[in-house]
Amino acid sequence: MATTLAKAESAESVEYAARIEHVSKSFAGPAGQQLVLDDITLDVAPGEFVTLLGASGCGKSTLLNLVAGLDQPSAGSISTDGRPALMFQEHALFPWLTAGKNIELALKLGGVPKNERRGRAEELLELVRLKGSYGKRVHELSGGMRQRVALARALAQDARLLLMDEPFAALDAITRDVLHDELTRIWEETGLSVLFVTHNVREAVRLAQRVVLLSSRPGRVAREWTVGIPQPRRIEDAPVAELSLEITEVLRGEIRRHGQH
Amino acid sequence: MASTETKTTDTRAEGDQQLASVEAGLDALETGVVSRTSFQQTFVNKILPPIIAIAVVLVVWQALISFKIVDDPSKLPSPADVGGEFKEAWLEGKLLEYIWTSVSRGLLGFLMALAIGTPLGLIVARVKFVRAAIGPILSGLQSLPSVAWVPPAVIWLGLNNSMMYAVILLGAVPSIANGLVSGIDQVPPLFLRAGRTMGATGLKGAWHIVLPAALPGYLGGLKQGWAFSWRSLMAAEIIASSPDLGIGLGALLENGRNASSMAMVFEAIVLILFVGIAIDLLIFSPLERRVLRGRGLLVKG
Repeated sequence: MATTLAKAESAESVEYAARIEHVSKSFAGPAGQQLVLDDITLDVAPGEFVTLLGASGCGKSTLLNLVAGLDQPSAGSISTDGRPALMFQEHALFPWLTAGKNIELALKLGGVPKNERRGRAEELLELVRLKGSYGKRVHELSGGMRQRVALARALAQDARLLLMDEPFAALDAITRDVLHDELTRIWEETGLSVLFVTHNVREAVRLAQRVVLLSSRPGRVAREWTVGIPQPRRIEDAPVAELSLEITEVLRGEIRRHGQH
Repeated sequence: MASTETKTTDTRAEGDQQLASVEAGLDALETGVVSRTSFQQTFVNKILPPIIAIAVVLVVWQALISFKIVDDPSKLPSPADVGGEFKEAWLEGKLLEYIWTSVSRGLLGFLMALAIGTPLGLIVARVKFVRAAIGPILSGLQSLPSVAWVPPAVIWLGLNNSMMYAVILLGAVPSIANGLVSGIDQVPPLFLRAGRTMGATGLKGAWHIVLPAALPGYLGGLKQGWAFSWRSLMAAEIIASSPDLGIGLGALLENGRNASSMAMVFEAIVLILFVGIAIDLLIFSPLERRVLRGRGLLVKG
């Protein structure tokens, strides 16, 4: 009852999945306060797929942590439509639980009643094409399967925004391509909003409707591209490669500035 | 217009099918084949070596007696003498009584240590002030031989069962608490972050994430705690033997010494060793193996 009310309310009033306004973040470093993020303003619309792209030290993971609520910004404000789900580069599945029980824990913490959990977990496993893996232990799964269970667990949180922190960076190229296709399919099926962090330009273009490039030290929004290439795309497609080339040039320009002084 | 639309959905469904089969292939390729070891293998690798080791010890022992290398039975009794001692105790119905007196004390003491050590470990691990205050003392206590507690315990509590339990607790509680503390310290921060994004904070986080993640370290602490309980108890029983307390294994050892019966001393030592190993093999090792295997942390030798 309470959740339906909250959802109805948010449907009227919220026209974004995440709103990041003038956010700055600094950490205490050896040379005093170090500015990591500088005045970032960014909206993710409901159902939109945005990739945050940047070289090392651009603070993209820091920004994701702020949006996830794991850390507080030094200045500015962040609001999200409900609590977002977060996926990491490492699968972060709990090794003392089976694949299915990992998903059920997320359901339990999200307040799903006990008798519905098992069925819902099976459904989510089927969505990531791991039907029959309910009772598998984490170490019995391959890298790609673990990330799919992690995705299913994130989806189990029933969040409207999914934050992904380089989730495919540790996978081999073949598996990564397959998971790109899967993620696109699931995103289209569920209507989720996704904020996806990566340092891989082609991956960013392959997946996103909008690519946001961050400059490094401090992280600022350098440029944005809207990607009009229709899905399903492939990472080898000419338009993907073309746009990737253009973005790479800008990215290299950003990086070059750091070598000059 | 309509036909192109159906065409796109057709190719989509087709691509989807292809993707599913590629994925199934990848999964199959990357999942290792699980092999189970046969009983014969287990026997050859695990059971046979200790049997051979025991046989060698017995043969050497008997050789020392047979070839008159040691011919003073008050220094080294023959295996047959020690066996006779066991047989006699068994026929008198006392063998199990000796064992049970000590084991029941040891296990009850261990359970009490568990009940005190676990919350203590939790508090030390989670409350900064408590950790700074008693953390070092707690780890220091682990290196204090528990025999040292016997004299003060006798003075405070007298020659009775409470004194035995006090000595067990002082020996085992620090081990159990320290095991839990190091288990909690080693919980990967990633699990805590993952838990927090799922809404597992505070007590929920402790119950669903921190405690299960700390379980291997905690079990290590329990295992060590049992070893300490058993050692402390034997020390207490040897020093504080009194007819009212019943005859446990420590008292048996002391009686053997008083009666200058080396065979009885050997009997007691063998029993003490046997119980220590049996409890570890029957309770702690299977528990630890189960937990580690479930998490894929057990390397197959």
